[in-house]
Amino acid sequence: MTTTFVVRVENRPGVLTRVTEIFRRRAFNIESLTVGHTETPGVSRMTIVVEADASAARRLEANLYKLVNVLRVDNITERPSVFRDLALIRVATDAGTRAQVMQLVEVFRARVVDVAPASLVVEITGTEDKIDGLVEVLRPYGVLEMARTGRLAMCRGHLNVTRTPVPPALEPGLDDASDNAAACSV
Amino acid sequence: MTTPVLTGAQILWESLVREGVEVVFGYPGGAILPAYDAMLDYPVRHVLARHEQGATHMADGYARAGNRVGVAIATSGPGATNMVTGIATAMMDSSPIVCITGQVGSRLIGSDAFQETDITGITLPITKHNYLVTQPGEIAQVIREAFYIAASGRPGPVLVDITKDAQQGRAPFTWPDPPRLPGYRPDHSPSDEDLAAALTLIHRAERPIILAGHGVIQSGATAVVRALAERAQIPVAVTLLGIGGLPASHPLNLGMMGMHGEAWVNTAIQEADLLVALGMRFDDRVTGNVKTYAPGARKIHVEIDPAEIDKNVKVDVALVGDLVEVLTRLLPSIAPARRGAWLGHIQALKGSAAVRDIKNLPDCGHLYAAHVIHDLWRETGGDALVVTDVGQHQMWEAQYYHHEEPRSLITSGGLGTMGFALPAAIGAKFARPGAEVWAIVGDGGFQMTMAELATVVQENLDLNVAVINNGYLGMVRQWQEFFYERRYAATPLVNPDFGAIAAAYGLPARRVEARGDVVPAVRAARARQGTMLIDFRVEQEDAVYPMVPAGRDLHDMIRRPSPIVETGADA
Repeated sequence: MTTTFVVRVENRPGVLTRVTEIFRRRAFNIESLTVGHTETPGVSRMTIVVEADASAARRLEANLYKLVNVLRVDNITERPSVFRDLALIRVATDAGTRAQVMQLVEVFRARVVDVAPASLVVEITGTEDKIDGLVEVLRPYGVLEMARTGRLAMCRGHLNVTRTPVPPALEPGLDDASDNAAACSV
Repeated sequence: MTTPVLTGAQILWESLVREGVEVVFGYPGGAILPAYDAMLDYPVRHVLARHEQGATHMADGYARAGNRVGVAIATSGPGATNMVTGIATAMMDSSPIVCITGQVGSRLIGSDAFQETDITGITLPITKHNYLVTQPGEIAQVIREAFYIAASGRPGPVLVDITKDAQQGRAPFTWPDPPRLPGYRPDHSPSDEDLAAALTLIHRAERPIILAGHGVIQSGATAVVRALAERAQIPVAVTLLGIGGLPASHPLNLGMMGMHGEAWVNTAIQEADLLVALGMRFDDRVTGNVKTYAPGARKIHVEIDPAEIDKNVKVDVALVGDLVEVLTRLLPSIAPARRGAWLGHIQALKGSAAVRDIKNLPDCGHLYAAHVIHDLWRETGGDALVVTDVGQHQMWEAQYYHHEEPRSLITSGGLGTMGFALPAAIGAKFARPGAEVWAIVGDGGFQMTMAELATVVQENLDLNVAVINNGYLGMVRQWQEFFYERRYAATPLVNPDFGAIAAAYGLPARRVEARGDVVPAVRAARARQGTMLIDFRVEQEDAVYPMVPAGRDLHDMIRRPSPIVETGADA
């Protein structure tokens, strides 16, 4: 089954390698991985999608927690969450097909962000399913190039815990807030 | 008070001294030269190994024997990569060591400079944590964190790679406060509910067994484990690294479990209705086929590392935390029990093997390794600090040398690193100078690191080396005998004269070929101040029995065809 982890890490050189190393070392294949900044300076957030059953996911979580630079791991697979993927898709078009393609883009609530004489670039945000659906209908026109971010995830509802713990170097004086409680609930 | 401004190299030693470091094991080279130069001004003894692998094993042996962090130091490139085997060994056996490596100047990193290697990348999966330090001002903080991480929680190796310019540059030195690492959680504690669930299982069990692993020794839990066993009358089986966790002579100590464990121990585990696993990780060498492992047993796992829970064997109750803390909380609620039937049954299982005990064997003119170990145990009164290598002799030592104390057997269990014994014995001797140290080593493994005899001589050490010499890579040969139709591919050894090797280093040696000469040789070695090597020429094609073939059921043991030498308790 597909498991989604949200992993918050100290933004330090080599941390991405340390995290992905856990998956490689324990023989799990990462399906998608996104990394970016968070609301807290010095803390990066990764959304990692991996094929792992509940028992394997629990062990992966425990192994991720063993990394000194990992601040928090949440397995949000079973929690109500917003999943989003962003894609840029270059589609072959000419004068005859451009209008049709733009109509399909409209239906999917996507946007055309670049137009060239023989192609255009579509930007779409949504669940992986929705993006797959658009790609499917665009394919007959010729999908020349595609870039996708992979899954970004956030739990629905109100955040009921303290903020992500902050590395001491960034915020001296903050008490160790590294509790292991669920990061979010609904 | 003004803050002193020191070089990075000086800060390194200031920090190590503050961490209580008295001895480091190392090998100098270009990128670590500034640190070596500064070392002369600090009260730290440097032990020059003959290979960086040896230095790392020395730090490991020092850590295991002395229950403190061991330190190894090497240069960049090949110096660092030579440490890899020693680091992996420490990782697998959860041994707290800090490895310090020099690195090329920070501006050369990534340029494939002379003796540059990405040692933090290389050691990522075999260290508990590692650091690349490029600023002198970072060194003190990193060293403090490295020692804290290495020794806390489940211990393990930490590598600190310091660029040459960070060693040469200057920075103000202040000794930092104890580290606060928000992402590091060494301490866990089980809930009262989980403790209650464990208690229920223990009280309901009729045929329980405690499985005692390395964690018992590392957390200093021997007394509390003994108290638990005695109060609840639960027999104790030990892993290879758990040997010494309960005195061998204790009536509840069954002996070693697993691939070369005693037959009655494995049979008892298979028949148990409860396993209480303490600081062990259900390694494949102790479980055999996990699908048929202890099929009728509920399982309680007390373990400090949450990632070990349900990894190999699914357990009913997991108590994640330090053994001493968990068992101390558990003990007052443990009801005293009597298990006469169960203990009597195990005694009966033992009976058939005990009559084939080594002490009842006629001297048929052959020298068996078991004889050597047995006599060595007798002569040393079971009080030696034994460091073994890997292979047949390692298993025979575990079977025939009866250890009464924790940290009296040091061996490479998880990684099974040949060449471990001699350097680890050197490290152990530094940790416990008053101990009688014996390195017991096979003729194959000895040749991997025997250059460390030079270290023994240079440091004027008093330890003894027993080479169990059968002219083969014995354990591999045994597998070839059992599973590869005796096709002895690359296992026969043409050995040097080990006595002559010792003599070349200026060390006395003896060769022993008959059982009657074992005791006089051991006595001569013990009587003499300084190191002596004994070359025991043992039976060439002997095998370690019993044996559970890899992946087979734990009760599916290969027994010795005729009862020549069988494992067993010895008076």
